Amino acid sequence: MVFGLGGGTSSYEEAEDTELIVLWGSNARETHPIYFHHVLAGIRNGARLIVVDPRRTTTSEWADLWLGLDVGSDIALANAVGREIIHAGLAHREFIERATEHFEAYRESVEPYTLERAEAISGVPAEAIRELAHAYGSAGTAQLCWTLGITEHHNATDHVLALINLALLTGHVGREGSGVNPLRGQNNVQGGGDMGAVPTRLPGFQDVEDDEARARFEEAWGAAVPPRDGWHLTQMFEAMERGELRSLYVIGENPAQSEADVQRARRLLEGLDHLVVQDIVLTKTAKMADVVLPAAAAWAETEGTVTNSERRVQRVRKALDPPGEARDDLAAVFALAERLGADWGAPDAEQVWDELRGLSPLHGGMSYARLDELGGIQWPCADEQDPGSLFLHGRLWREPLEGPRVPFHPVEHVPPVDELTEDYPIRLTTGRRLDSYNTGVQSADYGSPLRQPETLDISPEDGARLGVADGERVRVCSRRGELEAPVRYAEELRPGLAFMTLHFPDDVDTNRLTIEAWDPKSGTSEFKASAIRIEKIG
Amino acid sequence: MTSEPRPLVELTVDGTPVWVPEGASLLEACRAAGVGPPTLCYLDGLTPANACRACVVELDGSRPLVASCSRQAEDGMVVTATSERVEHSRRLVLELLASAVDLSTAEPQLRRWLEEYGVAPERYGPPAPAVDGTAERPRPGHHAQPDGEHAATQAQPAKLDNDLYVRDFSKCILCYRCVEACGVDAQHTFAIAVAGRGFDATIATEYDAPLPDSACVFCGNCIAVCPTGALMFKSEHELRAAGEWDEERQTITTTVCPYCGVGCNLELHVQDNEIVKVTSPSDHSVTGGHLCIKGRFGFQHVQALEDGEE
Repeated sequence: MVFGLGGGTSSYEEAEDTELIVLWGSNARETHPIYFHHVLAGIRNGARLIVVDPRRTTTSEWADLWLGLDVGSDIALANAVGREIIHAGLAHREFIERATEHFEAYRESVEPYTLERAEAISGVPAEAIRELAHAYGSAGTAQLCWTLGITEHHNATDHVLALINLALLTGHVGREGSGVNPLRGQNNVQGGGDMGAVPTRLPGFQDVEDDEARARFEEAWGAAVPPRDGWHLTQMFEAMERGELRSLYVIGENPAQSEADVQRARRLLEGLDHLVVQDIVLTKTAKMADVVLPAAAAWAETEGTVTNSERRVQRVRKALDPPGEARDDLAAVFALAERLGADWGAPDAEQVWDELRGLSPLHGGMSYARLDELGGIQWPCADEQDPGSLFLHGRLWREPLEGPRVPFHPVEHVPPVDELTEDYPIRLTTGRRLDSYNTGVQSADYGSPLRQPETLDISPEDGARLGVADGERVRVCSRRGELEAPVRYAEELRPGLAFMTLHFPDDVDTNRLTIEAWDPKSGTSEFKASAIRIEKIG
Repeated sequence: MTSEPRPLVELTVDGTPVWVPEGASLLEACRAAGVGPPTLCYLDGLTPANACRACVVELDGSRPLVASCSRQAEDGMVVTATSERVEHSRRLVLELLASAVDLSTAEPQLRRWLEEYGVAPERYGPPAPAVDGTAERPRPGHHAQPDGEHAATQAQPAKLDNDLYVRDFSKCILCYRCVEACGVDAQHTFAIAVAGRGFDATIATEYDAPLPDSACVFCGNCIAVCPTGALMFKSEHELRAAGEWDEERQTITTTVCPYCGVGCNLELHVQDNEIVKVTSPSDHSVTGGHLCIKGRFGFQHVQALEDGEE
């Protein structure tokens, strides 16, 4: 939110016509395959691709340069890249002077991050870090994209800031072809944020604690809006632990399997006075619930909108009748409101959307008719003459600058919370495979020929050192829990690094191992960095 | 992406002057003149494979007919898209294909061209009987001499080696579209290519391995571009086999994929409240018509459960 709006600044098509694409903590080839088509088109048009990832992923197979860093050393690496850009005279001085502030503090903060020190922290050769710095610093246009490899850390926000600092340093934002882009992991993560489904924001990223913004919503809704930030998911679990949160209404989430340190999460869910779950299938969380509200599948059985990673709001439409008594989420919420004594009338997705358009200036011009006609519209879109926005923050390049300066945020490297020690010497990171998704609620049932049962992926070198064979079942222990899983030798892993997914929690409950240490600003848990020990069985 | 408007070139097609942007093909010029030739291998968005020769036209100054899909328009060109010579050539292309390939599930447009050009594949004789009763094709490079009385065909059993899609090469016209979609035009997986020569040429995985043992990542982008139904959703294949496939009863609804945050548009083809096929609009900026395995096939979680399932 450095720029005041939480969204990727570029359009996908910009990746097709840019000089450099940096994918940092992103295995887009497998986790965002169709975005990667745009990257491939860019490569064919002459773009260089640089991939920063602890694993030598299928994405990195397409890269000119792969930086295989140790998990959680991203900030040290980014700061060293920033320092090298400054020392090599590649910083965009004109942009920095006109459009940013706190550059001096940033410059001082990165000064200790020499290439050699970054190599020592990250395991990436100094020469490769230098090459990334020079490529990014000297590119005419560059796309910098990241995924959960950046955001699933205890200091997630600092990770993001470290990358945004690089874009400010080089002026790689606010211009066609240059931008910073979080590739969203789920189909409406962006839309959830846009609609205010974050505890600090009203729809359109308006601050809950801003009296004027709140007053507009209160007038439209005829009801008081709580004037303080709410809790995000991780804070809710802490509130459950303190006994302050006793009832929970869960819509389309499976925390009994998806939370880090899942045994703790289950214990807290079990301790609730009242748990209501609204979902399209009877998830593990739903099985724990006092009340289950069968839901229609939003994407195929209801009307509405979602927003993608290029801020494009698009319509979802009803193609199927939902089964049995399943109702769409809107109808369920309206019915609940009625039981609570509020008559909101008949649920109608377009009416709700039009109300939103009246309250969120970002979405003002996005009528259903225009969304249909234009194949979606990218926010901001102020009115019905506005075609939407290919990229954000063009104001930073206007002379004189329009609006406030964008601040550099100096950030320091802090290693992952779950320390590597003699007892827990191996770093476990988690992620997705191409054909599967999250805890498998949606992806487990189709006949994917690619599906492979859950394994503990380790490097062949570690396998040989530990005396465990490819396919051998082992016990995996972290400071929080243990489980058994077969080993798979994975050439893409370096010694000391292990990998698992969360796709088959009924078979292998990976989140028994993960740590809930979370980022105070985003609430995201450090799924990417647990410390484990691998034991032979018998 | 905003770009400079391209200068126009002027040429004539069947005596009509047309203007097309520099770099446009003769096919685009023909379409601008309202005389779109038939196209089998050509598809907007894919690199012209220049394989089928159905779109040939006469070009003044050129002795052979030229494939309009892959010949660039130039100032002053004189193109004849409608003539006895052109139509004879096109008819022959269509007729030879129709004599050897099962076009029963081809795109309606392709079947319209067969009629329009008066294609008569029966004049090549009845289809050759299966060699050994199984209609299994000989190995590439081991071509059996025709007997002069029967039409050689591509007849062979459909390959059913996975739960998602079926490859029936008795319906394949070797347009190369699938190879291009799997390769440099979209997916860059390079799981398939053309193996063999001449009449025995076929689309194959490496060493003709079954799909699950090949490099295939099951994005289904090959199915989306196949003009004949040689590549087909297993759901469609099974409904057709049962005589239940009925496009009249189907609805097509555009929505957004429920998986990652890219926001691919999906066209859900629904028959009797069941998704039977998934496509993506080829003109949409996010997908260009291409999807991944989850978007294309990962819809089972909203299908009605069979009796006995939980």
